[in-house]
Amino acid sequence: MSLHATTSQTVGPYLHIGMTWLVTENLASRNVPGERIAIEGRVLDGDGKPVNDASVEIWQADAKGKYGAKGFRGFGRSNTDAKGRFRFKTIKPGRVPGRDGTLQAPHIAVNIFMRGQLKQLVTRIYFPDEAANAGDPVLALVPAARRDTLIARRKGKALEWNVNLQGRDETVFFDL
Amino acid sequence: MPNKPTAYRRPAPGTQPDYLFPPYASTVKRAPTQPLVVLPQTLTETSGPVFGRGEVKPGDADLTRQHRGDPIGERIIVSGQVLDENGRPVAGTLVEVWQANSAGRYPHRVDQHDAPMDPNFTGCGRALTDKDGRYRFVTIKPGEYPWRNHYNAWRPAHIHFSIFGPAFATRLVTQMYFPGDPLLERDPMYNCVPDEKARRRLISSFDWETTIPETALGYRFNIVLRGPEETPMENRR
Repeated sequence: MSLHATTSQTVGPYLHIGMTWLVTENLASRNVPGERIAIEGRVLDGDGKPVNDASVEIWQADAKGKYGAKGFRGFGRSNTDAKGRFRFKTIKPGRVPGRDGTLQAPHIAVNIFMRGQLKQLVTRIYFPDEAANAGDPVLALVPAARRDTLIARRKGKALEWNVNLQGRDETVFFDL
Repeated sequence: MPNKPTAYRRPAPGTQPDYLFPPYASTVKRAPTQPLVVLPQTLTETSGPVFGRGEVKPGDADLTRQHRGDPIGERIIVSGQVLDENGRPVAGTLVEVWQANSAGRYPHRVDQHDAPMDPNFTGCGRALTDKDGRYRFVTIKPGEYPWRNHYNAWRPAHIHFSIFGPAFATRLVTQMYFPGDPLLERDPMYNCVPDEKARRRLISSFDWETTIPETALGYRFNIVLRGPEETPMENRR
């Protein structure tokens, strides 16, 4: 049998009604091993204005690079506030396999939904000062000048990673 | 036993929207302007979160029983099956829904439409599909409502659906419409894809089998998620 996937539609401005119950900004309970990290950022539109109606979902492996490990689901959801801000507290993921027996650099997969998007934006968060970035097969596909948009920056104790929908620093989005 | 998928299928031409679709005005400042980078699917994209019965209770699928009284409006049953593109049921996956009340109003600070709120209706539900990929919601038929996209713009009646499926790559958010709605032909969201058959699949069908006598009309809405690329059985010729 061959069916076609259902057409995507926007979450619209009222996503909070259906999607707030599963907001998960703290992914790792105390007993989950790994380096604790906080990721914060803003979603900004083509005029640099905050997007206050986005839902940012993340998917990540545990510290050993295992997806769906017992005790750590690896799913997060943060709905942006009036200033377009989202936030997660989690653990730094380990390296997971790439396609040809390679290992990918530590990364977090991101789906972003909002009014004005007919389908989700797909992107990734990578980590600063990470030697493995240089050999990551996905980062290698991204034009060098734009790679930095996928790499979080240190900001105090937290990591900052912003989503610029358009403009000079437009975030790299993937065709998945 | 099916193999762990190595990749999910690419969309058929014309069946998924582009990011930029100027008739839907909000896309203009929010759509990427740079070319997307084609992402080869890795374990990151072919795996995904699992949600359990502990977080989703049977009552979460009845939107008419969340408050003290009965909501105003026409009670309906919305049910269907979540399948993948190979026709296989997607069992145990999370389905989230939200919708306006029967007057076309959301209980949301952004919604200033001059239509009555219903203290007995929030319009939020969720369910896990059963072993055959089936879900079922009891709700109220949502009302149409105006929006400011263009002059005299009205959204056709719809229910928002959010489905996870087995992988990061199968995540889908969509909207279900109702048969015979005259607003569909003017709605930019409904018309966001060129393939007419793809659009029509967003419209539920009236369903006699799930209609409950003296109680509620049934509507059926099947949802298809991206399916794994089939592994070739053998090299033919």
